[in-house]
Amino acid sequence: MKFSENWLRTYVNPALTSEALGHVLTMAGLEVEALEPVAPAFTQVVVGEVKSLAKHPDADRLNVCQVDVGAASPLQIVCGAANVRVGAKVPCALVGAALPKMAIKQAKVRGVESFGMLCSEQELGLAEASSGLLLLPSDAPVGASIRDYLALDDQLFTLKLTPNRSDCLSVTGIAREVAAVTGDALALPASAPIPPAHNASLAVDVQAPAACPLYCGRVVQGVNAQAPTPRWMVQRLERSGLRSVSVVVDITNYVLLERGQPLHAFDLAKLDGGITVRMANAGEQIKLLNDQTAILEPDMLVISDRQRAVALAGIMGGAETAVDDSTRDIFLESAFFSVDTIVGRARRLGLSTDSSHRFERGVDYAATRACLERATQLIVEICGGAAGPITEAVSALPVRSPIRLRLDRARKVLGVDLTRDDLQTLFGRLQFALETQGDDFLVTPPSYRFDLAIEEDLIEEIARLYGYDNIPATAPSGRLAILPRSDAERPAAQLRERLVTRDYQEVITYSFVEPAWELDFAGNANPVPLKNPIASHLSVMRSTLLGGLVASLRYNLSRKQERMRIFEIGRVFHAGQAGIQQPTYLAGLSYGTAQPEQWGAASRSVDFFDAKGDLEALLWPTSATFERAAHPALHPGQSARVLLDGAPIGWIGALHPKWVQQYELPQAPMVFELEMGALCAPHLPKFVEISKFQLVRRDIAVIVDENTVSSNMLSALREAAPEQVVELAIFDLYNGKGIDYGKKSIAFKILLQDTQKTMTDPEVDGVVTRLTQVLSDRFGAKLR
Amino acid sequence: MSIEKLDAIVQKAIAALSATSVAAELEQVKAQWLGKTGEISLLMKSLGNLSPEERPKVGALINAAKQKVEDALNARREAIKAKELEAQLAKEALDVTLPGRGMGVGGLHPVTRTLARIEELFHSIGFDVADGPEIETDFYNFTALNIPENHPARAMHDTFYIDDKHVLRTHTSPVQVHYMQNHRPPLKIIASGRVYRVDSDATHSPMFHQVEGLWVDEQVSFANLKGVVQDFLQRFFERDDLRVRFRPSFFPFTEPSAEMDMSWNGGWLEIGGCGMVHPNVLKHVNIDSEKYIGFAFGLGIERLAMLRYGVNDLRLFFENDLRFLRQFN
Repeated sequence: MKFSENWLRTYVNPALTSEALGHVLTMAGLEVEALEPVAPAFTQVVVGEVKSLAKHPDADRLNVCQVDVGAASPLQIVCGAANVRVGAKVPCALVGAALPKMAIKQAKVRGVESFGMLCSEQELGLAEASSGLLLLPSDAPVGASIRDYLALDDQLFTLKLTPNRSDCLSVTGIAREVAAVTGDALALPASAPIPPAHNASLAVDVQAPAACPLYCGRVVQGVNAQAPTPRWMVQRLERSGLRSVSVVVDITNYVLLERGQPLHAFDLAKLDGGITVRMANAGEQIKLLNDQTAILEPDMLVISDRQRAVALAGIMGGAETAVDDSTRDIFLESAFFSVDTIVGRARRLGLSTDSSHRFERGVDYAATRACLERATQLIVEICGGAAGPITEAVSALPVRSPIRLRLDRARKVLGVDLTRDDLQTLFGRLQFALETQGDDFLVTPPSYRFDLAIEEDLIEEIARLYGYDNIPATAPSGRLAILPRSDAERPAAQLRERLVTRDYQEVITYSFVEPAWELDFAGNANPVPLKNPIASHLSVMRSTLLGGLVASLRYNLSRKQERMRIFEIGRVFHAGQAGIQQPTYLAGLSYGTAQPEQWGAASRSVDFFDAKGDLEALLWPTSATFERAAHPALHPGQSARVLLDGAPIGWIGALHPKWVQQYELPQAPMVFELEMGALCAPHLPKFVEISKFQLVRRDIAVIVDENTVSSNMLSALREAAPEQVVELAIFDLYNGKGIDYGKKSIAFKILLQDTQKTMTDPEVDGVVTRLTQVLSDRFGAKLR
Repeated sequence: MSIEKLDAIVQKAIAALSATSVAAELEQVKAQWLGKTGEISLLMKSLGNLSPEERPKVGALINAAKQKVEDALNARREAIKAKELEAQLAKEALDVTLPGRGMGVGGLHPVTRTLARIEELFHSIGFDVADGPEIETDFYNFTALNIPENHPARAMHDTFYIDDKHVLRTHTSPVQVHYMQNHRPPLKIIASGRVYRVDSDATHSPMFHQVEGLWVDEQVSFANLKGVVQDFLQRFFERDDLRVRFRPSFFPFTEPSAEMDMSWNGGWLEIGGCGMVHPNVLKHVNIDSEKYIGFAFGLGIERLAMLRYGVNDLRLFFENDLRFLRQFN
């Protein structure tokens, strides 16, 4: 909502500066988004009349003008504007004038004395650009200050109104609010009913009374549709951001701004018969004022004549019945359409109008008729003509029921020791109808407020008028209870820290991704799509974090970052039979050298086992198992499914060479992705007795086929090991010189310890022999 | 055996010991003088040739001479050891200014860092952390928060739609509803995470982070809401002089509602929205709004991070430029 401060001050005029008034509005909940002067500061510019013109003797484009500025004798002024002519009334800056960008001095222009300057809008700071002098109306009083004549000492307020305050979508509404907050007197323009001058009228048949509980219309005959719109009205419209169109339209727009009531004027001659207010037929069409043809749906309300829809009720009039220059008689409509009837309809048709904006938030149904009278008054005054009687169709208007406000409740919710008198005063300033019952107030909201229905709404009104600033900020007192906190569960923060200490940098990437990423990195041809994405490369929800990590890698590679270790924790989205699943994943990517480039350490690229080491550290003290399996994103020979207690929790591997090539990566990054749920699973430490007896170490080195899976050998050993075996691990792997082609040597470390006694050599040997036998039986292993 | 001769032997032995510079040499010289066939040992053995009266006297003299040589030997041994240690240390000296080896250390995203700080501050006054889905049903994102279909407030949200019934959550407020469905008051939570709006320019990102606070109890008030938010912002920015301004606003899920502004560089900066939980919201989760009162507030995490760390462009948070991210490590 944009309006002129001067206009507002004709209704309520608090002794406040513009800025202070702005603060009052903001603190009342009508946020001032902008406050700017209509014109920049300038002085000594008056209305001048060009009395005569003569060509400059030495410059083709210049004229030497004699300009009457109301002084004893005209001023000689050299002017270069192309539109200067005798008789023109123009702004004239006198010698000594300070304009926004220059000071006016007496000067010689190519040898001719000049005593001032004729001005364009641009020179006065009223427009960004202009093509010539600002031509003023012929009745502009010569010698008058331009600032006074054009009312330039004014400020423009722009309010960012919240959707609940439709009552402030008019200057009247804002004035009412200011008066309530400051306590200043409110003086709204008086408008008396216009008595009918003839009996011409149109029948009004409201077939959808719930949608249109009140319809008022009247015929005005003999209107001069070509009358000029008064300057004060054009000015107010423009200062509210509306261009002057034609006088009748301007008047309806003016009443809309003044009172918040949308009105519509039909050209009576173009209407066929009486008015019917009805729901649209499915597929019915109407050509609107903006030349758009709207195809209507049955939940849209139309105004129709005998033949066709002539207006989209509360949204926009039709083009075929619009007022134009030749219009003589009009039918003027002022109606109340219910919020539910208008809400959402304009948007569905791709429209947003001043009218629909108000109706979908609520328009004062008690002012419908008065606004019609007001518009009639202005039309008769400005365009002449004679008004007929008002036809009114009224049915069940909204009912404002009294709302009970309990003093205690208000005090409790706000935390302020309000008194009964306080409430009485505050409601009085709002001019709400109220009744008291002990400490309770029964408040009936006015017809222009659509946001007051329950006690809390009134409490907000109290708080607003009392001033949010005046409510103290107090620390709450509450029960002091220690929050439960699991000792077993691992918080995400701990996992993050663990990755950070292993040189991983956290990133956050968009949850919506390019559909190709889903296909490439998850083999997902049916990702969850967005209906209204902002761009095609952000059009589906991710089911893997890998795409974002690879994109971050590419972004940084192109900025000369050659080594990267990044991770992300975030939700992913899987479309499934049972609806969309949204688990949280953790994914990591490492790229470049295994260690930061440094002296004294051989540089090598990060590989599968580096990443696996990171993953194992992340999982510690739980330990996962890894099984070779194929994944669409990963190198088939370097990818493993990660299992925890036998259940799959994620993947690890090198990025598939075809993606390395397609995404133009100089080398393959290592990636892993895990379900957070599994990582955070509870794990409470449990004490086990430490043996006091001697620890014995034995190693077994065997030769097996090269493709023997090491983890299978380890599991077989673990299965077969007696409880004295406290640790089993691979400590060496070799397949070079001395080992037959197709074979490998693998060495196991076995730590043995009994909790009851020191183990004897034969006992230890027995265990080692048994384990060696297992390797030989199951894997054809030969001792090395 | 004259004393002079004995002294001469001692002098010679000491001279020989002093001439040594390494341990092996010293041991050789020791053998030459104190060994079984060393000169002093031979003198001892020659005592047998003396008369019983002379023997103790000369014996004592020889022992004294031997002691002198042994003392000299020990002193020399210590000196050589010290010298050798010194040499070893010199040899082992490093250029300690060379950088250390091994892995570097990564870091958290500034949004995570900021969020962790927020959670910690609220945790200190007993707020628990709650979480919720990012694809929400229309019910949780709007209806349960008192935003019926066609309400103009829905248009304020610039919603991403998945289908007619599912949206990307436009705020973290739906977590309130989930939480209250499963927990009874008194309750005190904060919920944070990604939220989405169809908006993308220099100051808007289609994805950003919010943190939502909710306190429902029998005795909480708007004054308490002001107290908690002001306390939080002062602690978050570590500035006791930070002022917080509340001004009336509108959110369908709170009544009264307020916009929160914070004093910053001489002006006011909008920092989030808040209010008393609307009775309709409590009604949706079967909490008696007569008995319980609640307040809720929502803050933009990127906004807080930008102010806290002086970041001047929202887009930096999601470009993941390592040169940016590492500044927060």
